[in-house]
Amino acid sequence: MSLPTAVHRRVFLGVAVAALLAVGCKPSGGGAGTGTEIPVGEFASLTGSEAAFGRSSHNGTVLAIEQLNAAGGVLGKQFKLITEDNQSKDGESATAVKKLISRDQVVAILGEVASGRSLEAAPICQQYKVPQISPSSTNPKVTEMGDYIFRVCFVDPFQGTVMAKFAANTLKAKKVAVLTDVGAPYSVGLGTFFKERFVADGGTVVAEQKFTKDDKDFKAQLTAIKSAAPDAIFVPAYYGQVTLIVMQARELGITVPLFGGDGWEAPELLQGPGAAAALEGCYFSTHFSPDQDSPRAKEFVKAYEAKFGAKPDAMAALGYDSALLLSDAIKRAGSAEPEKIRPVLAATKDFDGVTGKMTLNAQRNAEKSAVIIGIKGGKFVYTETVNP
Amino acid sequence: MSEFIQQIINGLSVGAMYALIAIGYTLVYGVLRFINFAHSDVFMVGSFVGFYSGKALGGTSWAGGLGVMAASMVGCALLGILIERLAYKPLRSRSKLAVLITAIGVSMLLQNVGQLVFGANPQPFPDTLPATTFQVGGVVVSSKDLVVLGFTLCLLGALEYIVLKTKVGTAMRAVAFNPQAASLMGINIDWIISFTFGLGSALAAAGGFLWAYKFPRIEPFMGVAPGLTAFVAAVLGGIGNITGAALGGLLLGVIETLVKGSRWSTWTEAIAFVLLILILLFKPAGLLGRVQAEKV
Repeated sequence: MSLPTAVHRRVFLGVAVAALLAVGCKPSGGGAGTGTEIPVGEFASLTGSEAAFGRSSHNGTVLAIEQLNAAGGVLGKQFKLITEDNQSKDGESATAVKKLISRDQVVAILGEVASGRSLEAAPICQQYKVPQISPSSTNPKVTEMGDYIFRVCFVDPFQGTVMAKFAANTLKAKKVAVLTDVGAPYSVGLGTFFKERFVADGGTVVAEQKFTKDDKDFKAQLTAIKSAAPDAIFVPAYYGQVTLIVMQARELGITVPLFGGDGWEAPELLQGPGAAAALEGCYFSTHFSPDQDSPRAKEFVKAYEAKFGAKPDAMAALGYDSALLLSDAIKRAGSAEPEKIRPVLAATKDFDGVTGKMTLNAQRNAEKSAVIIGIKGGKFVYTETVNP
Repeated sequence: MSEFIQQIINGLSVGAMYALIAIGYTLVYGVLRFINFAHSDVFMVGSFVGFYSGKALGGTSWAGGLGVMAASMVGCALLGILIERLAYKPLRSRSKLAVLITAIGVSMLLQNVGQLVFGANPQPFPDTLPATTFQVGGVVVSSKDLVVLGFTLCLLGALEYIVLKTKVGTAMRAVAFNPQAASLMGINIDWIISFTFGLGSALAAAGGFLWAYKFPRIEPFMGVAPGLTAFVAAVLGGIGNITGAALGGLLLGVIETLVKGSRWSTWTEAIAFVLLILILLFKPAGLLGRVQAEKV
C-alpha cells in the first residue's frame, strides 16, 4: 500500500512556490547570453530514487561543456552550466526550471531523464520560449508539449517495437507477461507500445500486472504472472524497483527471462547480494553501449573514463549529446538568443553525436538506432544494434 | 488453487511486517493516548543501523544477523527515548494536538536528517541472515517469509508477556489507566513513558531490519508507505490493543496481496480502505478494540 502523503505535500508546496514565482516575475523569456558567458540551465535527479540516471546524465553534460569551453566555446563566449537538483521528486522540476529561467536567465534548458519530470518542466520552457532539450526522456508526450521542446533520444514507440521484435525473434517468446509502474508515464507508455507491436506480430500477452512507485513487494503480481506461464516478462520500469522485481521473481521460482527498456541501465541494477545472479540472462534496450564500435563513441568513452574513472552509460552519452547539440545549434544560429536557437534546433539533420547520427523529425524527436544489452556474468554485455 | 495459497503466503509475510510496525503504534497509543507519527521513521533509522552494522560485521550467519538486529533495536530504543525526552516530554501537559503536530515534525526531521546523513539514493542491504526457498507442491515458501512471520510472533509473545506478566508491564497499564493515580502509587511515570517509547522504537527497528532483509533496497523515505499501512492496521485491529494490531496487520497484508494479484491491482488502496471503512462502520473501535465511554 502506498499513499505518498509526503509527496503530495511537496507537490502542493511546489505548486504554491511556482504560483508565487509566476505572480512575481512577468514572462520575459530567458537571457540572451549578453555577457562573456552563455548561461545554460540543467535540471537533473542528482539525488533520490533515480539518482544514478541524473548523475550519469549530468556527468556527460559537464564533460561536453568542459570540452566545448576548452575548445574556445561558441561565438567567442564560454558556456556556464547552472544545475538544479530535483531530488527525483515529483513537483520539484517546475520550480527548478522556473528559477533557472527567471533568475539565472539561461538560454536553454537541458533535462531530464525521467519522462514524468521532463513533462513537468516542458510547459514552463514553452511558456517562456526557452528551448528545452531532454537528453533521455523517451515518452512521446514530452515533445508534444510544444515547439520549444526537443530530445536527443528515440521515443518509446520505437523502443517498444524494438523490444517486441527482440522478444519474438531472439527470445523466441510467443506468450509474454507485462508488469508496469502505473505511476510513471514512461512505464505505462512503453508497456502499451510494446503490447501493441507484440500482439500485431502474432504474439499473445497472457498477463498484465501493475504496481506503483513506492511498492517493494511484487510477489502478488508475480504469482499471478507465474500461473499464466509466460515465455518472458516485459518490465518497463526503473532500475531501483527492477532489481527487487527480478529477485522476487526468482524467489518464486520464475526462471524465464525478464526484459525491459532503458530505465534498467544503471550500475545499481546489479548491486547488492544476489542481484547479479537473479538478473543473469535478462535484457534491456538502450541508446548507447561503451562497447559500440564507432570512433566517435570510443573517443567519448576514453575522455569520460579519464575524467570520472568509470565507463559511461547511455544516460551519460545522451547528456553529452544534448549539450553538443545545443552548442551546434547556437553556432549554426549565430546567436545565443533562445528564440533564434529554436528554429535551428528544429532543422537539425545528420548531427553526429556519440550515440549515433541523428535527425530531428517534425515531432522534434531524434531518429536513431537502439542498442540491446544483455546481463551475462554479472556485467552489461552489448548484444545487438537495431536500426529504425 | 496453489496460486491462491501462494498469494495467502505472500500476504501473510508482508502482513507480518505491517503487524510488527503496527504493534509499535498501538503500544505507545495504549499507554499515552497519542499517535507517534515518527514511528515509521524510527523504522527507517532501524534499517540503516542494520545496514551499517551489517556491513561492518560482514558475512551471513544466524548469530551475526541476530546481533545486527539486536544492535539496531538497542540503537533505536535509545533514539526513541531521546525523542520522547526532547520533543514530547516538554509538551506533556499541553493539548494532545500539540504533541501530535510535534510528532509529525519529528517524522519530517528524521526523514530529512536521514537524507543528509545516509544520502537519498537507495542502498542495497547486505545479506546478514541466511535465506533459502522451499518448494511444497506448487507453492514456494521463502525462508525470509518464515523468518519474518516467526519473529513477529515471537516479539508479539514477548510483548504480551512484558505488558501482562511483569512489574514494569503492570506499571505501564497503570499509567495508561490513570497517570495521576499511578504516580500517587509510587510509579515513576517519566521512567515508564521512556520505557514504553524505548520498547516501541525497538520494535520499529526490528521491523526495519526485517523489512530490509526482505526488500534489500533502503532509503530515507522508506518508512512512509509501510508506516501508513501499519497505522491503518493498528486502527483496524483496535488501536491500543496489541493482538488487534497484529491481526490488523496480517489481515491488511493478505487483502492487499489478493487485490494486487487480481485484475484490479491499481485499486489496491481503494479496496483496502473501503474494507477499513466498512469494518469501522460496524465495529467503530476496531476488530478487537473495546468501545469506551467518553468522559465528559
